[in-house]
Amino acid sequence: MNPPSATFWLDAQAIPFTPGQTVLQAALAAGASLPHLCFHPEFAPHGSCRVCVVRVGKQITAACTLPAEADMPVESAIPEIQALRQTVVQMLFAEGNHFCPSCEKSGACELQNLARELGVLTAGFRHFFPDRPVDASHPDVWLDSNRCILCELCVRASAEVDKKSVFAIAGRGLGKHLAINSASGRLGDSALQVTDRAAHICPVGALLPKRIGFVTPIGARPFDHPEDAR
Amino acid sequence: MCRMCTTPAAAPAAFAGPDYPATPNASLLQALIAEQSAAHWISPAALAPLAARHGATRAQAAGVVSFYEFLTDSHPARYRLLFSDDAVDRQHGSAALLEQLCRLLWIEPDHTSEDGLVHVARTSSLGFADLAPTLSINGRSMVRVDAERITAIATLISQQTPLDTWPATWFADARPLTSVQARQRSLADDWHWSEALHTSAALAPAQILEHVTAAGLRGHGGAGFPTGHKWTFAQQAALRTGLATVVVANADEGEPGTFKDRVLLTEFPERLFTGMAVAARATGARRGFLYLRGEYVWLQAALSAALVTVQAHPDWPAAFSVAIHLGAGAYVCGEESALIESLEGHRGIPRNRPPYPAESGYQGHPTTVNNVETLVNAAWLMAHSVEHFRRLGTADSPGTLVLSVAGDCAHPGVYELEYGVTVAHVLAACGATNPLAVQISGPSGTLVERSSFTRRLCFADLPCNGAFTIFDHRRDIFEIVRGYSHFFARESCGFCTPCRVGTRLLARSLDKIAAGHGTRHEIQELRQLESSLRTAAHCGLGQSAGRALTVALKQFWPAFERRLKSHAFEPAFDLDGALARARQMTGRDDAGAHLSQDES
Repeated sequence: MNPPSATFWLDAQAIPFTPGQTVLQAALAAGASLPHLCFHPEFAPHGSCRVCVVRVGKQITAACTLPAEADMPVESAIPEIQALRQTVVQMLFAEGNHFCPSCEKSGACELQNLARELGVLTAGFRHFFPDRPVDASHPDVWLDSNRCILCELCVRASAEVDKKSVFAIAGRGLGKHLAINSASGRLGDSALQVTDRAAHICPVGALLPKRIGFVTPIGARPFDHPEDAR
Repeated sequence: MCRMCTTPAAAPAAFAGPDYPATPNASLLQALIAEQSAAHWISPAALAPLAARHGATRAQAAGVVSFYEFLTDSHPARYRLLFSDDAVDRQHGSAALLEQLCRLLWIEPDHTSEDGLVHVARTSSLGFADLAPTLSINGRSMVRVDAERITAIATLISQQTPLDTWPATWFADARPLTSVQARQRSLADDWHWSEALHTSAALAPAQILEHVTAAGLRGHGGAGFPTGHKWTFAQQAALRTGLATVVVANADEGEPGTFKDRVLLTEFPERLFTGMAVAARATGARRGFLYLRGEYVWLQAALSAALVTVQAHPDWPAAFSVAIHLGAGAYVCGEESALIESLEGHRGIPRNRPPYPAESGYQGHPTTVNNVETLVNAAWLMAHSVEHFRRLGTADSPGTLVLSVAGDCAHPGVYELEYGVTVAHVLAACGATNPLAVQISGPSGTLVERSSFTRRLCFADLPCNGAFTIFDHRRDIFEIVRGYSHFFARESCGFCTPCRVGTRLLARSLDKIAAGHGTRHEIQELRQLESSLRTAAHCGLGQSAGRALTVALKQFWPAFERRLKSHAFEPAFDLDGALARARQMTGRDDAGAHLSQDES
């Protein structure tokens, strides 16, 4: 087994890790920068968004599910990998309906910030413009599926932290979508409460608490000043 | 117990034993399949109690229903017809037959008729490329369908004649349809499954593992992983964890163009179950599953009967029991970890690795998932020596492989040949005149053109999962590749971004080229998408979705080039076409009612 003091290489940076940690977990714990989207430190790695892809030797793989090994050379900030991440982020923008200027999450949105970090200025591909519903039935929480990136964080938080399983995944392929556990299929008829972890975990603006829009003014949001952030 | 899990009455109830924690929704999928079969749909009234019984939420159960093609929670239809829609079916005119049927019944494809009588749609592959074109009605397959048969079907449906009273000989389940052209071992008549079962009963697990490893048997699903190693890993994991192993036979033969497992299951199901018993003895399993693709549900009764026969044999491992679980229309479930998810009753999403299934698979137990042909080979090995096994094949690919030969040739069917035969040899054997290209291993495999016909079918050169689909000079490789792109977009599970979005983008770009709006920009986009899929997708489905396209772009470039416009970019929408509806409404067709694309 690897001693707890073992390290691997993230580009030129030595990252310490404990056995059982994945490359992304160790990198983030060490304060290193490694783009990611569906990963959240409170939950098991998911491996679905593929933003955290890295190159290890001949293999390209997701850093969030890759177990760290001593002296493993992990390449991240190389043009090939950055281009791949850009493509993946562009795919997400083409898939949903993301109108940043009118979104309350702007400035605090992980997807928007990732696009900025990666220099993604357009979706690159033709937009799909899917017809997705907005569910405003809940008294305290908005659900705007247009912005959903299918990271399943709300699904996981609701099941694992809140023990309610309010959310589930339905459909297949591009038809994959968020489903609500209630007879009507509406959020307002579900067991979700605004105090639930699931109501506050969305990295984008798909799930938002109502009546606190613009409490944090534009200019004071987490990603408004990239030179300070992260 | 649900109706579709065919655990024979004689089988010991090891499943619920302490070694196998029965997760509450272990058989939610099987229960849903049973409900679909009985009621023609999963009604909202049926869904909630089914979900509750299996410890799932209503939304989770609905998520399972919406994942599998053969389950539906809306628009029940008493006759559900699916036309097999792979490249070979299309060669044989499946599109025209579908159109004919819809015309006769006054319906549109993919829409249930208003009276809930009939629903006609396409499905990826029914597993009869040797007997194309094929369709299925309420799960029963019908092969070599022609225009005359379609007319007869339309009449029977219009008259609402019960399916049971249709001519039995129309259906594949009524007579063995196997089209075997060459037999060596798996398909040969010179050995009996009971010899293999008898020999294995006298061997210690280590001896079986050594025998299979020494023989060099490799998985027939495509990847070619050494079977002895897989079993050894599982056995070691079982010893380490104290959990019994689970043995799974993967009969989710979903790759369009393959049908060899269907033939093995039809002719020699006892050999498969014997192979599972061998794996169980070698690894220490008490539970086995045969995961049968939903398209092969018509084989289920015969398989259950064969299972009873083999399990009743005195040499059957006493503590081991096998259940047949059904799939419900999802190609991705052929991937071993997705298959395990499906066995557990969930959506068939491939798992993250590590851990590998041999370490932690079905309900956390060390699990071996082997292809049907691999297990039949394992049974053969119990009745024969290692030297005998290695007498055929090459050093790194010993033994035989069973090919599903279909497409443009005189004698389509199943050919059991030794590893290392050339593509040209197979083409000569099946009477293919003037072949243009061969698709090896189906859409996820690779396209081999004429100059490579000297290549050998073995793991060192050209690995093959059995599918060998021939296209001659009449075929348009562009259209074939475009068909494959739609196949992947349709079958993507949707878990990871590159595959969920990328497969659809790939299909859309090829559609744009097909519509005459393609430019160099689309070609560049195709290459970018292929590379993103290959390197960033979560599982083999996405990673291989652009493989055939890459070869086609290189070897059959003229098929693309002649469709391209000379511009660097062309919008996908048709300006003039957008006015068509307005012209129709106003009755105008003069010059002023048209727009020229070139002005934009």
